[in-house]
Amino acid sequence: MAIVTTPEKACAVNPLKMSQPIGAAFAFLGLRGAMPLLHGSQGCTSFGLTLFVRHFREAVPLQTTAMSEVATVLGGYENVEKAILNIYNRTKPEIIGICSTGVTETNGDDVDAYIKLICQKHPQLAKFPLVYVSTPDFKDGFQNGWEKTVTRIVEVLVEAPAIEAERDAARVNVLPGCHLTPGDLDELRTILEDFGLKPLFLPDLAGSLDGHIPDEFTPTTIGGIGVDEVASMGRAGWTIAIGAQMRRAAEAMQAKTGVPFRLFERLCGLIPNDEFVAFLSEISGRSVPSKYRRQRGQLADAMLDAHFHIGGRRLAIGAEPDLLFDVASMLQEMGAQVTAAVSTTQSPVLERVKANEVLIGDLEDLEELAKARACDLLITHSHGRQAAARLNIPFYRAGFPMFDRIGAGHQRSVGYRGTRDLIFDIANLVIADREENQQPTPDTWRSPRPAYRSRPPQLY
Amino acid sequence: MSSLSATIQDVLNEPGCAKNANKSEVGRKKGCTKQLQPGSAAGGCAFDGAKIALQPFTDVAHVVHGPIACEGNSWDNRGAASSGASIWRTGFTTDMNETDLVFGGEKRLYKAIRETINKYNPAAVFVYQTCVPAMIGDDINAVCKAAAQKFGKPVIPVNSPGFVGPKNLGNKLAGEALLEHVIGTEEPDHTTPYDINLIGEYNLSGELWQVKPLFDELGIRILSCISGDGKYREVASSHRARAAMMVCSRAMINVARKMEERYGIPFFEGSFYGIQDSSESLREIARLLVERGAPEDLIEHTEAVIAREEARAWATIESYKPRFAGKRALLITGGVKSWSVLAALQEAGLELVGTSVKKSTKEDKERIKELMGHDAHMIEDMTPREMYKMLKDAKADIMLSGGKSQFVALKAAMPWLDINQERHHAYMGYVGMVKLVEEIDKALFNPIWEQLRRPPPWDGTVDNRKIKTIAQVDAHAVEIVVDPALAETTRRARKICFCKAVDLGTIEDAIRSHGLISVEAVRQHTDAVGGCCKRRIEDILAAIPASLPPAMLQAAE
Repeated sequence: MAIVTTPEKACAVNPLKMSQPIGAAFAFLGLRGAMPLLHGSQGCTSFGLTLFVRHFREAVPLQTTAMSEVATVLGGYENVEKAILNIYNRTKPEIIGICSTGVTETNGDDVDAYIKLICQKHPQLAKFPLVYVSTPDFKDGFQNGWEKTVTRIVEVLVEAPAIEAERDAARVNVLPGCHLTPGDLDELRTILEDFGLKPLFLPDLAGSLDGHIPDEFTPTTIGGIGVDEVASMGRAGWTIAIGAQMRRAAEAMQAKTGVPFRLFERLCGLIPNDEFVAFLSEISGRSVPSKYRRQRGQLADAMLDAHFHIGGRRLAIGAEPDLLFDVASMLQEMGAQVTAAVSTTQSPVLERVKANEVLIGDLEDLEELAKARACDLLITHSHGRQAAARLNIPFYRAGFPMFDRIGAGHQRSVGYRGTRDLIFDIANLVIADREENQQPTPDTWRSPRPAYRSRPPQLY
Repeated sequence: MSSLSATIQDVLNEPGCAKNANKSEVGRKKGCTKQLQPGSAAGGCAFDGAKIALQPFTDVAHVVHGPIACEGNSWDNRGAASSGASIWRTGFTTDMNETDLVFGGEKRLYKAIRETINKYNPAAVFVYQTCVPAMIGDDINAVCKAAAQKFGKPVIPVNSPGFVGPKNLGNKLAGEALLEHVIGTEEPDHTTPYDINLIGEYNLSGELWQVKPLFDELGIRILSCISGDGKYREVASSHRARAAMMVCSRAMINVARKMEERYGIPFFEGSFYGIQDSSESLREIARLLVERGAPEDLIEHTEAVIAREEARAWATIESYKPRFAGKRALLITGGVKSWSVLAALQEAGLELVGTSVKKSTKEDKERIKELMGHDAHMIEDMTPREMYKMLKDAKADIMLSGGKSQFVALKAAMPWLDINQERHHAYMGYVGMVKLVEEIDKALFNPIWEQLRRPPPWDGTVDNRKIKTIAQVDAHAVEIVVDPALAETTRRARKICFCKAVDLGTIEDAIRSHGLISVEAVRQHTDAVGGCCKRRIEDILAAIPASLPPAMLQAAE
């Protein structure tokens, strides 16, 4: 199993990590009529906004308390109050999600208390949903912000069901990790519905950031799960959490409502999907629809066709823990070797990546490792483009942000079908690279004398 | 912090800024933009502005001292182009953690500078201060000074933490850093009477290279461009230029003015957006250089180049004018860009229905009025909802704006063109103007708009019901074709008398077996009422003799 290490360096070069507050804001974007609000200087919001807009190519609601230097010294109560009132009056949201930043955590603003005071002072806000998450920039990363926010939404907005209330066995709560795309969520929705289940996703980015064209212009999110729907999640029969990051939220749900949960750390690959489909069949009491027998066969065939190309590849992957674990494991199961793996923050899944080590680092680390260990496949988010150009190896973009290609929101990796398509995409990159860059010449094997350094890869 | 606040005061007190000069003493102290509204603010912070202004220096390592948000969320997102070095695109940050906050981040910063120099050996290191280290009191000036002495390389502090103000202030603070620590610290290898500085030009999408060939042809040398495709050594020795052009942006007016003050370099504000503006700018540069001692034939030479380029560009644009006739554009952008792009669009024959003047100075507004006439539709502040409505109501055919408002147009199924810093096309000079016209044409006449505005044929409740019925009928029809027995059953099941629910089969059988010939007779033999179904029964009677019933045949025999 992998040893997780953190290199000693003072300067992060070509960061892989993004900050916690925008991970938190991202989660709020999956709620209907939501306006995420970063409590910090306006740059904190503007950078995050640019990232989202370039990734999804959608209008993204995101606001700031616009902390000035003076406000930072005097405390941000007034800014939080003004911001909430302004948003409440101007954009008429259904919920405001507030995230702290480095600035306001350093000066120690007690936002929970602020919100209480504001609600007392302005009775129209007394029943209005305001959810606050503490997300300092100088700690953790994007995925942690998401994790904390979903947990907090469950704690604040989900209602504990009345004792006599009946559970609806067909209703299933789905808590997806931030590594799933709107396309992934739609795929999961289809699968669950095919089993006669009625899923509710929290957060539901597929409702808000799938790129649909709304009839009316709204300054808040244009879809997603409604606050009322979140409140009713306690009546579901099951909670399905996807990605280890969602364990906390699922536990919070269980603690508050008694809804049992099942955590799927991965949904990319044959075996994880077998387990998933078996579970759905079990909780729905239905046999697996023939559609999925066919899709499973197609995935199996894709694996057969692609293993010639992916097998033996030396993979360099940089991603947040859950995405890294999912994709790296799938490729390892296709015969690739996880030769260089870099992640952003600690997570229990990293130790289970089938590699010698996983580094908590940046893209400079990944590039150096990929070069030293002769990797021939790179997977990370769009910021890997410079490294890919220098390394001149096939580069598959995965994760957030993906700002230099379109369709990021619809890239799928879950389910039999999603895995199949992902395998085809990666295998095709490898094939194209061979045609373009690896054609043999009469001198390929001439000089310098080939050194027989190769060793059989490690088996897991 | 005292020196930073003094610098900010100094910058805000800019006498070169026309907008500022018109303000009262109190107004001036407040700063150069409206007070930010929490909850309805948009735009970057001062750190963002400083980084935008300086990052295009290509051989410099830009180290951001702060938590991961400041660099991790924003690196490698600018469209500036480089002709050589690529280190400027590398993201360096101290990624401060909780421990740094408690014990101070200066040591980490010093180590970060050392690592950067050892590993990448840049021409210089620029260190950017951000909010969090500013709050805990990290003295980046001292760290930079120590590092510069130790490593023998320029290490420049850029004091522009995000919370001191908006992006524009950051641009100016970046300029102050250059004035204080960089400009005038080195000497150029040689000088010519044709040396100029371009100030506030970022070479977005390589647009500087759309104009540079003209400079090269005229023998004019860009001694330093601040900061597009710039090199550290060039800006350090930029004080030897003969003249300067402040390119279409008030962002760095402090640099232009102070260089004039300190080194006697005259400057003018010009633009390379639009044909007339490009020509005027070239003329002005030639005039200033000649004033400063360049040979007089430069002016003649310049005029010849202008005449040739104008003729070529006009000839191309002319062919688009008929296509643009009656087309209306909405221009949403900041500051100077308003009038410079405005002029360009008018040259192409587009009608302007409105332009934003949110960031424009009084002078800018005057120019807009001049260009658009007195009924100029100047928009002070437009909410996205209003923009959307304007486009949806088809008061404009195309919107030109920055990236953040693009979806307002696109979601209204309206053509949109990016004219801000994230854009992918270069629009400068004569070639750029032609390119802009081409792009507008491409956007306006793309066939997708018509398709997207058309509602789906299956939308709407009434139509839906109709389609559903047809579908049912069709589905049934398919079965009937397959099974003749089913076809017969279906035919016979057709209701003739709705009042008593009598079907065709019953009536036919009665007619056949009793040889009926009138509606009256049918009424006697079946339950049919013969009221509203009279006509239908007559039709059946009319159809039957064609195949005489067996009873009738027998009778006839």
